[in-house]
Amino acid sequence: MSFHRRSIKDSRGESTLFRMRALVGFGLILLGLSALVVRYSYLQVQRHDEFALRSENNRVKPRAIPPARGLIFDRNGVLLADNVPAFRLEVVPEQVPDMPALLAQIRDVVPLGDDDIDAFKKQLKQNRRFDSVPLKLRLTEDEIARFAINRWRFPGVDVVPYLTRRYPYGPLFAHVVGYVGRIDADDLGRLDADRYKGTSHVGRSGLERSYEDMLHGEPGYELVEVNADGRTQRVLETHAPTPGKNLYLSIDVRVQKATTDAFQGRPGSAVAIDPRNGQVMAMVSVPSFDPNLFVNGISKADYTAYITAEDKPLLNRALKSAYQPGSTVKPFLALGGLEYGIRRPEDTVLSTGEFCIPGQQRCYRDDERGGNGVVNMVRAIQLSTNTYFYKLALDMGIDRLSAWMGSLGFGRKTGIDLEGEAVGILPSREWKATRSKFGWFPGETVIAGIGQGYWNVTTLQLAHVTATFAGHGTPYAPRLVMATAAVKEKPVPLPNPATGPSLIRKPSEWNVVNQGMEAVVTGGTAKAIFIGFPYRVAGKSGTAERFSRRTNDYDTNRNTAYLAARHRAWFIGYTPTEAPRIAVAAMLEAGAWGAADAGPIVRKTMEAWIATQGGAVPAPSEKDAGAATLPVGPGVPAPAEDLEDVPVATPADMPAGVPSESSSAAPPDDGGHP
Amino acid sequence: MIDALQVRLQRFLRRVMTRPRIDLPLAFGLFLLVMVGLITLYSASGGNMVMIGGQAARFVMGAVLMIAISRIPPSVLRSWTPWLYAGCVLLLLVVAAMGEIRSGSKRWLNLGVMSFQPSELLKLAMPMMVAWYLHPRQLPPSWKDIAVVGILIAIPAGLIAEQPDLGTALLVAAGGAFALFLSGMRWWKIGSLLAVVGAMIPVAWHFLHDYQRNRVLTLLDPESDPLGNGWHIIQSQIAVGSGGLFGKGWQHGTQSRLDFLPEHTTDFIFAVFSEEFGLVGVAGLMLLYAFIIGRCLWIAMEARDTYSRLLAGAIGMSFFVYVFVNGGMVSGMLPVVGVPMPLVSYGGTSAVSLLTGFGVLMSIYANRKTHD
Repeated sequence: MSFHRRSIKDSRGESTLFRMRALVGFGLILLGLSALVVRYSYLQVQRHDEFALRSENNRVKPRAIPPARGLIFDRNGVLLADNVPAFRLEVVPEQVPDMPALLAQIRDVVPLGDDDIDAFKKQLKQNRRFDSVPLKLRLTEDEIARFAINRWRFPGVDVVPYLTRRYPYGPLFAHVVGYVGRIDADDLGRLDADRYKGTSHVGRSGLERSYEDMLHGEPGYELVEVNADGRTQRVLETHAPTPGKNLYLSIDVRVQKATTDAFQGRPGSAVAIDPRNGQVMAMVSVPSFDPNLFVNGISKADYTAYITAEDKPLLNRALKSAYQPGSTVKPFLALGGLEYGIRRPEDTVLSTGEFCIPGQQRCYRDDERGGNGVVNMVRAIQLSTNTYFYKLALDMGIDRLSAWMGSLGFGRKTGIDLEGEAVGILPSREWKATRSKFGWFPGETVIAGIGQGYWNVTTLQLAHVTATFAGHGTPYAPRLVMATAAVKEKPVPLPNPATGPSLIRKPSEWNVVNQGMEAVVTGGTAKAIFIGFPYRVAGKSGTAERFSRRTNDYDTNRNTAYLAARHRAWFIGYTPTEAPRIAVAAMLEAGAWGAADAGPIVRKTMEAWIATQGGAVPAPSEKDAGAATLPVGPGVPAPAEDLEDVPVATPADMPAGVPSESSSAAPPDDGGHP
Repeated sequence: MIDALQVRLQRFLRRVMTRPRIDLPLAFGLFLLVMVGLITLYSASGGNMVMIGGQAARFVMGAVLMIAISRIPPSVLRSWTPWLYAGCVLLLLVVAAMGEIRSGSKRWLNLGVMSFQPSELLKLAMPMMVAWYLHPRQLPPSWKDIAVVGILIAIPAGLIAEQPDLGTALLVAAGGAFALFLSGMRWWKIGSLLAVVGAMIPVAWHFLHDYQRNRVLTLLDPESDPLGNGWHIIQSQIAVGSGGLFGKGWQHGTQSRLDFLPEHTTDFIFAVFSEEFGLVGVAGLMLLYAFIIGRCLWIAMEARDTYSRLLAGAIGMSFFVYVFVNGGMVSGMLPVVGVPMPLVSYGGTSAVSLLTGFGVLMSIYANRKTHD
């Protein structure tokens, strides 16, 4: 059939027709292929620059290289804050298709705590989608290995090396050096985004915070080639970061440790300052905490333990807690009396055991029943005679009193290189006016003369004032950081010029008060404390009441524990008196007596300092210093002298006036303890 | 013994030289193309020797198949044609009923040992069927014949489009349509038919799947969805455009090496080629394709009968559709449909089916007209 049909077909015509069609078809095909070539030349020639740029932008990404944080050393180069390499898990949200699924799955590979997830989710909300967010810090080697095997399952997740902070001395410097913490939402608003690109930690407290700008350094960057998953293929170009500056503290680890140990765990604080330049030689707040816990995010359990602890280990008592100074203000008030010309050194006062404001019913007590008899200024300081200072304060008047004491440094920040310093309270009309509608009462002036009433000072303030006095009145702002050093360069001292001219007009005035304070140690309230000490020490004790007395009776209970629950113990001192090199203020929150309880702490601080000087202090006149050779290695506390064996002073073998400095004066009217 | 072998070898060589059974220029063109494909694949796969070995093995298999088919005379092929066509349509129905679903479309038939796509067979069976139908008819075809051919095309193309596999449906339909075109269908008839088809585009739009519509819409404005549907188009254009005049050099294409370009070994391998060899490479490859297509059409003109002519011409012209659709897709000119760059894209079935088609061409060449 088909054969038959075929025979009638016009075979030749058909062939010609096909030939035509094939040629037309081929022409059309050539046209089509040419159209393609035109299209490609449009993309590859005309728009080449645009696409070449987009291709580069696809592949080359700038990546910030965070600078290494500056290290922190003590004055001898002992490392207090170190950088240690660690690895963390980072997520680039943009490259994660399903975040909840990722978090669920990755837990099988790298265990995540609820804390990790919470912190991650918080930061996820703040970050831009293409910036990586740390999911877990400080990965263990095991975790790194397991993740490496499973990496393909988690696009957008990577293990990234970083430097984490370590504080080898842990609690010893926690209140001074502070700690760094993970950057959070508040920080992101505060910090310069460009400088902190790639940085995970920022100074949270202490010097880590106040010197953040120096410690941080300047970030560098590198150009890396990434693939579509954002994984780095290779580094194309590197611009190295500038590491932060290293800090050198004026504190010596050994002095810090000896001072801390002297507290034996009892809550309190102590600050030692070099009167010649304001350099802080020890700054201790007991109890302390482990700053290392905070670096990579403290666990809820640990944090709760710290927060709820009754003795508040996170509180820097030296800097932030203000207490009544008690009798420690007396030498400075005496100096004010000389400066104003209200008192001459030889002027005497009769202490009968009770002082009454002329023309008023109210009377204020001496510590000793019957008083100290006739006392001049030196003896009044030595015996801490309240009547002398009641009268002096009254004669001076509150305005001159607060002006003088304020000029020494009470009632304002010392200007130390730490944040969060408490101001304390300097009693004055102005201060009271902000708190009370009642005017100023003379009785308030009287008790202000013995450091009671409205007074509130921090240990740092008291140390600062003591150091200012010890330095013959030249004020320096306390400084923890003595020098800074850029990487591979020698430390450069940080200048700390005096903040003003000397506050003491005549050396003779200084000599009188110094004499009184030396007498405290040689034959006064602290006689038992400094026995055998190689240098001449000037000091003053103070015992402040923690609660206002309800009765007017003498408290006859001499039980130490009972008193400790009621008193705060203060001691201030400096040595050598001929040319003071160290001034110390120590406070025990629950000390029975200023001299007996806080005095030994000051002594141990001074002894440790002497030990760091090789046992001898190059003092101008004192050449017999060899007696106190205490070989001490770094970080090792000074070998205990037989201080523990010094019997606690009892009223019987103490000179008159010892140890009762606590005034029995009840603050009049509204005068509670603010 | 050795002498006898030598004699036989000499005899074989003489026959190959004087009257070869395969067209050497076409074979050489195909060989060149396959080499370009393997070289590009080497770069696109990142030197993955498993992929390259597999692809080379498929080319060898395809070449063997091509030579085997070239031994079958066109008359025999013609006699098989209706059965082949009917079998293919039947298989398509089976696929529609119980096919295996892979990534959202039903194309595969699982034969236990291996699975294959019956639609791939139709790329060859379709022009064969149209040629078979038109072979005994008076040409140019009448409206009645055109209508019959239209139905012959529409049944399998419709079934394939339903799978859905728009790319293959397009290639299958093109194969049939080219046979019709080459049969000498009057220009005014072509024109009016195209007008009708054009008028039906809005209707067809209605029947498209959402993902297919998205592809078309994305093509019009890829930047509207740069991370989703637009990603392929944008990254592919970046690859092509960044190649420039001379390209970034073999194995230096960053778009593919760093995985920005999706499917860079299969449907988008031509973007890799364009990135690495630039416009010069593109133009060169287009010339090679033009040469192969031209050679196919020359073989068609030399063919002995209508069936052979139409079949050879349709196969050659379909080859162009592959190149044009894939090249257009990679450069963002046409929507993304699953059409590979012939003999360059990685992938088994298309390489084998293409070489099978060239086997038919070789058979037609071997039985060409004798110019006495």
